[in-house]
Amino acid sequence: MAERITVDPMTRIEGHLRVDCEVDGGKVVKAWSSGQMWRGIELILQGRDARDAWIFTQRICGVCTTVHAIASVRAVENALQMEVPLNAQYIRNMLITAHGIHDHIVHFYHLSALDWVDIVSALSADPKKASELAQSLSDWPLNSEQHFRQIQNKLKTFVESGQLGVFASGYWGHPAMKLPPEVNLMAAAHYFQALDYQRTANKIVAILGSKTPHIQNLAVGGVTNTINLSSQSTLTLERLYYVKSIIDQLGDFVRQVYMVDVAAIGAMYADWTAYGAGITNYLAVPDLPLDTRGTRFELPGGYIRNADLSTFKPISSYGDAYFEDGVKESVKHAWYQGGKGALHPYDGETIPEYTDFQDDDKYSWVKAPTFYDERAQVGPLANVLTMVAAGHESTTRNLNTVLEMAGKVAGSPIPVEALHSTIGRHAARAVRTGVLHEALANQWQLLMDNIGRGDYDTFNQPEFPKDEVRGFGYHEAPRGVLSHWTVIRDGKISNYQAVVPSTWNASPRDERDQPGPYEASLLDNPIADAKKPLEVLRTIHSFDPCLACAVHMVDTRQQEIVRLQAVGAQCGVTF
Amino acid sequence: MQMVAPVLAGLDTEPPQAPVLVLGLGNILMMDEGVGVAVVENLHTRYRVPPEVELLDGGTSGMALLDDLRMRKALIVVDAIRTGQPPGTVVVLKDDAVPAFFRSRVSPHQLALSDVLAVLILTGEAPANICVIGVEPLSLETHLGLSDLVEARVEELTMQVVATLDALGYAITTQVEGQTS
Repeated sequence: MAERITVDPMTRIEGHLRVDCEVDGGKVVKAWSSGQMWRGIELILQGRDARDAWIFTQRICGVCTTVHAIASVRAVENALQMEVPLNAQYIRNMLITAHGIHDHIVHFYHLSALDWVDIVSALSADPKKASELAQSLSDWPLNSEQHFRQIQNKLKTFVESGQLGVFASGYWGHPAMKLPPEVNLMAAAHYFQALDYQRTANKIVAILGSKTPHIQNLAVGGVTNTINLSSQSTLTLERLYYVKSIIDQLGDFVRQVYMVDVAAIGAMYADWTAYGAGITNYLAVPDLPLDTRGTRFELPGGYIRNADLSTFKPISSYGDAYFEDGVKESVKHAWYQGGKGALHPYDGETIPEYTDFQDDDKYSWVKAPTFYDERAQVGPLANVLTMVAAGHESTTRNLNTVLEMAGKVAGSPIPVEALHSTIGRHAARAVRTGVLHEALANQWQLLMDNIGRGDYDTFNQPEFPKDEVRGFGYHEAPRGVLSHWTVIRDGKISNYQAVVPSTWNASPRDERDQPGPYEASLLDNPIADAKKPLEVLRTIHSFDPCLACAVHMVDTRQQEIVRLQAVGAQCGVTF
Repeated sequence: MQMVAPVLAGLDTEPPQAPVLVLGLGNILMMDEGVGVAVVENLHTRYRVPPEVELLDGGTSGMALLDDLRMRKALIVVDAIRTGQPPGTVVVLKDDAVPAFFRSRVSPHQLALSDVLAVLILTGEAPANICVIGVEPLSLETHLGLSDLVEARVEELTMQVVATLDALGYAITTQVEGQTS
C-alpha cells in the first residue's frame, strides 16, 4: 500500500520547505515541493529610490545576502545602460568568489555531509588506519594519526556526555549509511577543519565588503571602496596582500581536502549516481565580468537541453536577449492570483491567494519559473556542465581531477554522465569551488595589475531619466541563477521581481503541470525506512536548499519534522 | 584541545575582538522581526559604548556569524521572541533559561543561531555567558519599520542591555546632545 511521507521543515538553515512523497514498493512514485511562507519583498521596494534597492534586497536572506546585493545593483545599472569601472568589477568579483567558496564549504561539510557520514560510527574507527587511508588520497598535513585520534576523543566526550549538539539530528546507524568507520572519522576531522576555512573565506568578504553580514561597499555604478595604497582608512597594499595570503591557504584546503573528500565519499556511494537526476535541462549565467559593460566574463554560462552538452547555447552579455526573453513564471500551482498564464518578470504579479495544500491544484508559495516554457535545473551542476560545454579550461581540468580521483577509489572510471544525479550535484559543487578559487586568485591579480597602471576609479555616478526604464541583473550565485528585474520611473522603482535559484529548483508544477527539479529528482529514489526518509534528505540537500529568499518566514513554532501516513488515512507517526 | 588548524595559526592580523558582543538579530523588512537591529542602532547612535563592547547588526544571518560569536566572554542577543505572552512583553532570559530558549524555538532565528552556538560548543569556543533580551512581536508583516507598540519598547529594551552590560562591569553613558558617533 502506498504511504505518504511529509518532511517539514526540510532545511537545516533558514526557510521552510515542505516535501511530500508518495512511497510505493520501497521507492518514491510521486513528489511535491512546497514553500511554506509567503514572500512579499517586491512590494517593499515599490516607490523607493532605485539606488537603495540593493540595501533592502540583501536583507531577504541570511545565507546569501551578498548575492542579492550584487544582482540588484546590476539590474539598476542594466536599466541605465551604465558602465562600471574595472576596479569595481574586480572587487565585486572577489566578493562573489570568496562568498561562493565559503558557502560551498559550509554546504558540504556542515549542512549535508551528515546525510552520508555517520559520526557515531567514527567512534569505532582505527585512527592509524584512517590516517593511512587519508594519506593515500592526499598530502594534507592534518591527516595525521595523532590529529584523528584527538578528534575521535573529542567526539567520544560529546557522545558520552549525551551532548551531541549539532550532530543530534542525524540518522545514525541508518541502513543507507555505508561508509567504513575510518572514512567517517576522516570526514569528521575535516568537518572541524572546514569550520576554520569557511570563516577564513568569509574574512575576504568582510575586508572588501566593509562589514559582514550584509556588505556595505556596493553602489549603483561601482563600489565605495576607495583605493589609496598608503592611507589606513582605504583599501591598502597591506590589506590586499592579507587577502592574497587567505586566498593561498584556502586553495590548499579546497584542493587537498574538499575535492578529495567529495571524490572519495562519492565513489563509495556510487549507487547514488543512478538517483536524483530529475530535470536535465540546465541553465547557468556567465559571471565575473572582465570589462566595464559586461560583455566578456571569466566564467561562461548558457543553456543545455536534455543532458546533451552538444545542445549548449551561450548567454554572452548582460543585455543578452536570449536570457531576457526566455524567463517566465507560472502561479498555476502557487498561492497567488493567476489566470493570466505564465508571465515575464517585468509583468509579474505577486497577489497572494491561499487555498491550503491541494495536491492537484495550488500547494506552494513558490512560483514556477520556466526557460522558453521548459523546466530547468540551476545550481553548481548546471554551472559546471555549461562551462564544460563552453570549453572552459579551468572547469574541464578541475572536473577531470575529481572524476579521476573518484575513479581511483571506485576502481573503475567514472564518466561525466554520472554527474546527472544526487551525488553528482555534490561533485559539481566541489569542482565549482576549485574553479572559483582559481578565479578569485586571478581577479586579485587583475585588480593589482590595474591599480599598478595607475587606475584608481571605483565608481561612476548614475543618472536617472524621467521616463520609464527597465533592466535585469543576473548573477551565478552559489545555488544557481539569480536574476533581479526592475522597472524604474524617474529614479523610483515601479516594479521589482527577484527570480531566485530556489525558485527554479524548489518550485511546484508549472503551467503545463510539469514537476519542478526537486519534485522530479525524487522520483524512483529508494526509501529503506519510511519513518526515517534519509534518502529524501540526501536528494533535496544535494541542491543546497535555502528558501528564505524564495518565500518568507511566518510560522515559528513548527515542531514537527517528519509526518508519515497511509495515503487516504490520518494516522500519523510524529517525531 | 586545539581545534584551529595549525596552518591557519598566525594568519590573523586583525585586531583582537572585544570580549562582549551585543548582537541585534532580525529582518528589518518584516516589521517587529527587526527589533533587535533597531535596539543595536539605538545603542550605537545615542549611547557611548566602551571599546570592550562590540555592537553588531547581525541582520538575518546564520553561519556567517560564527567568527563574530567565537571566544566572547559574554554574548547579549536582542531579538523578537515568541513565548505566547501579549505583544510588547519584554522578556529577559539569563543563565539556565537560555538553553531552554534555544531548545523551544521561540525565536524566529533560533535555527540559525542555535546551529552556530552548537558548533561553538563543539569547538570549545562558545561564549561563557549568554543573555537574551527580547520582546513579543505584534506584527511580522512585510513592511519596513516597527509597529508603534514595539517601537515604544525600544528604549526599554535598550535600557535592559545597558543594565546587563552594567552588571558585567561595563558602564554605558548617554551621548552628549547633538553629538553623533
